[in-house]
Amino acid sequence: MTDVQTQVAGDERIKHRSRFREALIRPELGGIIGTILVFAMFLIFAGDSGMFNSQGVLNWGQISAQFMIIAVGACLLMIAGEFDLSVGSMIGFAGMLIAIFSVTLGWPVWMAIIVTFVIALAIGALNGYIVVRTGLPSFIVTLAFLFILRGFAIYLPQTIERKTIIGGVSDAAQGDWLAAVFGGKILTGLFQWLGDNGWIAVFERGTRKGQPVVDGLPMLVVWAIVLVIVGHVILTKTRFGNWIFAAGGDAEAARNSGVPVNRVKILMFMFTAFCATVFAACQVMEFGGAGSDRGLLKEFEAIIAVVIGGALLTGGYGSVIGAALGALIFGVVQQGLFFAGVESSLFRVFLGLILLFAVILNTYIRRIITGER
Amino acid sequence: MTSSQPLIRMQNIEKHFGSVIALAGVSVDIYPGECHCLLGDNGAGKSTFIKTMSGVHKPTKGDILFEGQPMYFADPRDAIAAGIATVHQHLAMIPLMSVSRNFFMGNEPLRKIGPFRFFDHDYANRVTMEEMRKMGINLRGPEQAVGTLSGGERQTVAIARAVHFGAKVLILDEPTSALGVRQTANVLATIDKVRKQGVAVVFITHNVRHALAVGDRFTVLNRGQTLGTAKRGEISAEELQDMMAGGQELATLEGSLGGTV
Ligand SMILES: Nc1ncnc2c1ncn2[C@@H]1O[C@H](COP(=O)(O)OP(=O)(O)OP(=O)(O)O)[C@@H](O)[C@H]1O
Ligand SMILES: [Mg+2]
Repeated sequence: MTDVQTQVAGDERIKHRSRFREALIRPELGGIIGTILVFAMFLIFAGDSGMFNSQGVLNWGQISAQFMIIAVGACLLMIAGEFDLSVGSMIGFAGMLIAIFSVTLGWPVWMAIIVTFVIALAIGALNGYIVVRTGLPSFIVTLAFLFILRGFAIYLPQTIERKTIIGGVSDAAQGDWLAAVFGGKILTGLFQWLGDNGWIAVFERGTRKGQPVVDGLPMLVVWAIVLVIVGHVILTKTRFGNWIFAAGGDAEAARNSGVPVNRVKILMFMFTAFCATVFAACQVMEFGGAGSDRGLLKEFEAIIAVVIGGALLTGGYGSVIGAALGALIFGVVQQGLFFAGVESSLFRVFLGLILLFAVILNTYIRRIITGER
Repeated sequence: MTSSQPLIRMQNIEKHFGSVIALAGVSVDIYPGECHCLLGDNGAGKSTFIKTMSGVHKPTKGDILFEGQPMYFADPRDAIAAGIATVHQHLAMIPLMSVSRNFFMGNEPLRKIGPFRFFDHDYANRVTMEEMRKMGINLRGPEQAVGTLSGGERQTVAIARAVHFGAKVLILDEPTSALGVRQTANVLATIDKVRKQGVAVVFITHNVRHALAVGDRFTVLNRGQTLGTAKRGEISAEELQDMMAGGQELATLEGSLGGTV
């Protein structure tokens, strides 16, 4: 690469650009600036409200992690050139399946979770198969599944249990190894140590006196971090990642170059379904039950996070790190307004403004990078 | 033209798109080390023909023999794996992606780290810069998006890529149509070079001078049929020109234009 740079210096038609500027021009820039702004704002207006102590961080951290889990799936799918509007319904449907299998049918929770994942992946594959076979816009195909899956998420518990909420998963999940993967906590020792040293809050009295208020890192957050890292590495550092960009950039050109476009797209629909099911499993374990209306509108929140993160709605361009930052902005703003004591309906106003700002900035940067005209 | 056995034998290839008969029984043999020029007017079926050769289309009828064996390409991947690289007329480049990602699209070099295999970006970047330099194009960097290149530069990337991966057959569909003088000369020189290495080149062009500069044999297509194949030296530029235009009409046209066409 060094010889490349010296050669470049010799081309008189290229204006010199500083390193700093080069480093700035990246797809995630909108997300990075948005994140800095949002944190700066809440540090000023809600810095002493408890938003940045251990419980506060856990609070918005968890909300952000939820957004991140579905944003990673939506991001890779969008870069591959497709949308999935059935993410929210899939969350409700998959959660309901886990609850029905484990509570109503009495299966062990690990089995309920595995079977649910298999069903969700099959539905994701079906979504993808219909899209690549018919050539219909994924917008329409997944809109159909938005209704179908939500319908089942309401119909199943109503016919089986005559209600739209199924509880009792917590009892069933006691001691279950796979339930702990979604509902457990890790690093409890570290948090105890932090508490013992007085760096995070501990209970002052009661039976848990001396234990830290936040006693571990929830698996939800672990899943979010792992998915973001894995998604980022796959997208930028592997052959499959190149195929994802190519499939979304120009499916025909990609096919002519030997990229198995259909397989890539179907796998990405399955991955989105996987992420939705991870979200659902974590939620069911956290609440100890499932509700028919879980995950409502999540597909749009995921798409917004992805777009704030610099992805192009028409595919072929984007960043998982950007999407994760978009999700972080989402979570911090939603919870931060609550901490700042601002009327919560203003959340939407803020969100709209951030979306607009980030997208304008991203479009500008993308034009510089890609030479779009 | 050296060996006696054709590398690819296209026999009575027909291709129908619904009611449109794009190819009505075309037979062409391609030999290793030859530059085979395909000529013909717009809509003659040249692109359709080479697409059946590169696995994009399946022929409606007819056989493809590759190195003497019947060959069925399920998709372009199979053709690429067999050593056939194509530069399509409507570029197979993705503007949003970097030059080096485009260059290795579908043929990504891999590097093993533990149990995982990663896209070897260092290797890809190095080779891309090298190959582009050989073609006379100085890139700002391998990470530059193809969308920032000019039409001719993009075409050059596509050609450089095909030359790099065209182990046995290199198919170029109107590669020089968007190129400047220097780049055209470069492409023609490259065709000459790879042909001498024993690669078969299928070269589609509307420009008779370009065809005569490098071609060993010339096949003219007209409305989905071959008007025959001629060897180098057996045919003049005027004859080729006339055949492409389908005979008489051009003679009258040429008269009125003062022989400039
Ligand atoms: N996918 C397709 N569907 C329907 N008709 C097609 C398709 N591809 C090509 N054709 C038709 O087949 C005929 C031959 O087209 P082709 O692209 O092979 O011509 P060509 O010789 O490459 O022309 P040009 O010199 O303009 O590139 C045209 O009449 C075209 O309309
Ligand atoms: Mg053509």
